[in-house]
Amino acid sequence: MNTKIHLVATLAAMLGLLAACGERPPIEVQQVGYRGTGMEQNVNPRLREKLIAVNQIGGVQPPADASGPLAKDVYQNVQVLSDLSVGEFTRVMLSMTEWVAPEGQKNCTYCHNAENYADESLYQYQVARSMLRMTRDINTNWQSHVKETGVTCHTCHRGGPVPQYVWFTDPGKGRENAFIGTRAGQNSAVTGLGITTIGHSTLPYDPYSPFLLGDLDIRINGPTALPTGNNKSTKQAEWTYALMVHMANSLGVNCTYCHNSRAWADWDQSTPQRTVAWYGIRMARGLNNQYLVPLTEVFPANRKGPLGDVAKINCQTCHQGVYKPYFGESMAKAYPELQGVKAPPVDPNAAPADATSAPAGTSTPAATPAAAPAAEAKPKDGSKMAQRGGPTTVAAVFDR
Amino acid sequence: MAMLNFERKYRIRGGALVGGDLFDFWLGAFYVGFFGVTAAFFSLLGTALLVYGAAIGPTWNLWQINIAPPDLSYGLGLAPLHEGGIWQLVTICAIGAFVSWALREVEICRKLGMGYHVPVAFGSAILAYVTLQVIRPVLLGAWGHAFPYGIFSHLDWVSNIAYQYLHFHYNPAHMVAVTFFFTTVLALALHGSLVLSALNPPKGEVVKGAEHENTFFRDNIGYSIGTLGIHRFGLLLAINAGVWSAICIVVSGPFWTRSWTDWWAWWLNLPIWN
Repeated sequence: MNTKIHLVATLAAMLGLLAACGERPPIEVQQVGYRGTGMEQNVNPRLREKLIAVNQIGGVQPPADASGPLAKDVYQNVQVLSDLSVGEFTRVMLSMTEWVAPEGQKNCTYCHNAENYADESLYQYQVARSMLRMTRDINTNWQSHVKETGVTCHTCHRGGPVPQYVWFTDPGKGRENAFIGTRAGQNSAVTGLGITTIGHSTLPYDPYSPFLLGDLDIRINGPTALPTGNNKSTKQAEWTYALMVHMANSLGVNCTYCHNSRAWADWDQSTPQRTVAWYGIRMARGLNNQYLVPLTEVFPANRKGPLGDVAKINCQTCHQGVYKPYFGESMAKAYPELQGVKAPPVDPNAAPADATSAPAGTSTPAATPAAAPAAEAKPKDGSKMAQRGGPTTVAAVFDR
Repeated sequence: MAMLNFERKYRIRGGALVGGDLFDFWLGAFYVGFFGVTAAFFSLLGTALLVYGAAIGPTWNLWQINIAPPDLSYGLGLAPLHEGGIWQLVTICAIGAFVSWALREVEICRKLGMGYHVPVAFGSAILAYVTLQVIRPVLLGAWGHAFPYGIFSHLDWVSNIAYQYLHFHYNPAHMVAVTFFFTTVLALALHGSLVLSALNPPKGEVVKGAEHENTFFRDNIGYSIGTLGIHRFGLLLAINAGVWSAICIVVSGPFWTRSWTDWWAWWLNLPIWN
């Protein structure tokens, strides 16, 4: 009798567990490390179908004529796209309308004063100008992270005026448990912003402020197996863990996409993707400080967070659940206008260009504003893990 | 080994599942039986294969010897001996040895007319092993999902598998399994200490019995489960520890691919407050 009750209870618990999971085989798994190490990415093909459906590149306008007069000579107050022809300039403006202006207002007047297109009075106009600078900056100076794929406005905006995934500094949940100390952004189902915590975990819910706005130390591991002077605390580890969970969920990957958990800090045992992610953290932090925070006074109050701060970016803003935005399809390639300042058109009759001067608009990785990873933990693309990786690339399983 | 005079009484012919009288004998203290032979065969062969795998590997360091399963690309097929084939043979040997041992226990139970509680309990450990090495790999479609044979290497595997789900402590079945493991240890400590306190007094003092034991816990927590009940309870806890371990790993992958932290969204999504 007792055995029966026990069996029934166990079966009921198992069924409840499976019902709450809601996934089933077949699962596609990609091996990214030596066999038997558990370095693997798990992909549910049914969930991937949904993810693909919401991660399609936006409308791409037909290429524009690069010849003809420059936009800055025809229009007034052209400050960023001053190297574009009128055709190219118009193409970017049309595309931006489609990518950024809200539904029902897909026309020039979302940003422009219809009476005077050079008028800077609308805040959208000023924000758009700054964002164009940012886009060109990313495509030129942050190739350490975006490589040749690049970004456009659509990478974040996806057809709306405010990207779906942005963050504000969290005001916190007050000090309702101050009797035993502060909550430190933990142990709450929702944050002070009224949104669910990172990954529904009890980890600190605002790791963005310290790591993607400030530059607090993310690395809390000591370099040795036993504690030899590393005084980082468990509390600090939880903040780092929260940032890492955010990164993993933003990319739809797990920890082993970048790390071998037997030695988190060791670049030699990490995958090459960790290097790209390292630059990604610096990029998000750099862009937040260089472009978004300075717009604080430009934005109206209804676009700001409860503490009066502007919307800022994190990994999810571009990635939107995918290891590479749009599953690696480059939308920016179709937009040379957004690739950075263009080289002036070459006059075939002119004398050969001086070989010593690099053409404007090209950039070298050295131009990256971020410092290289600390010398004691230098990333190596040819890491051991990469060399003995699985039979196919990581990307294959996501693209299959 | 000389037979103790009272052992004759218990060395009863019959009860074998396979082989009849052929293997129905004792080797010293040990009952042999058909499954004793197969257990010895599989364990010796499996160990020899592990030694062979170590010999062709890069190290004899006991901590670092690693007999890894095949690459995922081999799926559920056979792999070359040096690329996971040894692992496959060792796994067959291990299951052969474990199951032989359980069936040998069954035969001894049958000889003695006892219940099958011991082989059933051992079966929960075998279930956990088979779930890790066979059931979950089959559900995921490749032997490469099983853990490697090696002291450090299997720990590294456990760590990475856990981090494939970002935070394994949020796995509800893992929570249940861990709770059963700890509770098993707690129950064993309470039971062992209680029995010793009654049955193993200092020299010169009287040995106490069940009434003392029961009274201690009635005074302490208002209830005593009793001398038989504590063993039922202990077995229930221990078997559940093994069974829920098997459940917590078989759902990870085949039935859940994301962060285990996100599994708990069902709570926030309950219609009561959502």
